[in-house]
This record gives sequence, C-alpha cells and structure tokens, in this order.
Amino acid sequence: MSELSVGDIVAEKTFDLNRGSLVRYAGASGDFNDIHYRDDVAISVGLPGVLAHGMLTMGLAVQPVVEWLGGDSGKILDYQVRFTRPVLVDATEGATVTVVAKVGAIDEAGARIDLTVTYDGATVLGKAQARVAL
Amino acid sequence: MNPELQGRAFAPTAPYLVGREKVREFARAVFSTSPLNHDPEAARAAGYADVVAPPTFPIVVQEATLAQLLAEPDAGIDFTRVVHGDQRFSYTRPIVAGDELTATLAVTSIKSLGGHSMVTSESTIVDATGAHVVTATSTLVVRGDE
Repeated sequence: MSELSVGDIVAEKTFDLNRGSLVRYAGASGDFNDIHYRDDVAISVGLPGVLAHGMLTMGLAVQPVVEWLGGDSGKILDYQVRFTRPVLVDATEGATVTVVAKVGAIDEAGARIDLTVTYDGATVLGKAQARVAL
Repeated sequence: MNPELQGRAFAPTAPYLVGREKVREFARAVFSTSPLNHDPEAARAAGYADVVAPPTFPIVVQEATLAQLLAEPDAGIDFTRVVHGDQRFSYTRPIVAGDELTATLAVTSIKSLGGHSMVTSESTIVDATGAHVVTATSTLVVRGDE
C-alpha cells in the first residue's frame, strides 16, 4: 500500500435498501423504533415516511472500506459520522445509497479514509471518517 | 434538559455476552461480505478467537447505556423528540464472539442550540478482564417545541 496517495478512491459501492433491509436491521440491532417500518407513525411525527436507521447507513457505509482492507474489520481503529439527512425508504421503490471512500490523510499508523455517502443526489452523512491501520 | 446530568456517575451495565450467531445476524444486516464476520475458521486463520463483529456492532452494547440516560427520572428527555446527531467508535481492539462486555456511561456535554438540546455521552466498553475494547460516543439532539 506504499503507493497510496491522498485523494485516491479506494472503494466505491452501491447498496439497494428496501423495507426488508430495515426490518432485518431492527432485529439485528434491537432498534425497534416504529419510524423505521410504519409510515403512519413516521408521518405522525412530521417525517415524510419510513426512514432507514442512521446506524444502518453508518454500518453499511464502512463496508467498502472493510472489503478494501481484505475483510479485516479489526483494522478499523476509529469510525465516526454525523447524521445530516435521512434516507427515506419507499415501500415499493426502496432507496439506493452510494458510498465513495477516498484517502483523506496518511500517517505512520495508517490512513484516514473519508466517506461520501449519498442518497437521492445529496449526502446523508457528514464528517464520515474511518481511521484504518495499514 | 437537566444540566446536572453532566458528570453524573452511572452504574456499569449488566455483562453482554457476544454470541457468534448475533455477530453473523448483525453482519448480514449491515451488508458485510467479510468472511471474518461470518466464518469462525476464516476469523481464526486471521488470528482472531472467533468471528469478528462489524465496526458498528458496539451500538448494541451501548444501547443499554443510552436507555439508562433516557430513563433517568430527572433527565427531562422526551424520547419522541430525540434524533441521533452523531456517532463515533474508538477501538483498542475489535469485538469478537465470546467477549463479555460491560459499558459505563458518562455524560460529557450538554448544550442548547436554537431551541434544541444536545447531549453527548461516552460509553466505555470493557471486556471481562476490565481491559478497554471500544469507546462509543453519541450525540443525541432533543428537538425543542416548534
């Protein structure tokens, strides 16, 4: 990896979410908030409809980086995101989330990978950064 | 929100035993393709004791501490108005199946911003020997009256 440079794109991936993805994440994580599977509840609290769990978006956004690390998720030393926009998951259309992972900085320990995560033409995570050991 | 929450001591959560099937279930839910998250043999070949949990798995353990915070009788936090603002995980080592983890909550900051309140908490997660595994930091935004 010695040839790695700041600005290099190390991974790119598209994820197709549907309501089943949200139910699966609810069960796996224990977050059963109704706004992640009931439109009526989501609308009653002022949302346009069912949203993906922010933690699902955070969880999948780092996966292309893990793949780039040869599958070794233990090389992720630190991972942070800010939740800036919700991902609306339509009951029939679902939602497509795209992740682009770029080298933000390089140091002795490894690198900082900056993630650009977009849905419907806009970014949904801010300051999404993973520090990785190389 | 009650500003006195900052600096309050919370009891450690009951130990959470990380199960292999739970790790796999979580890995499937976050679209992990890594054999280390799914296959104990692949994990052992890479030097881990058992399947490795995906990077955001600590949220499952941290959740118990956030529940403590929201349940504090004098916290003044209306759960229906809570939005997740940001999240961070800082690791000493990855979580693997078989770990018995305990989390201890600390409220590190409470701020008001334009009618909203923001509470930042740190959950320090240690293993059965007391060694640090990961610190999970969350900011929850409590929306004010519109």
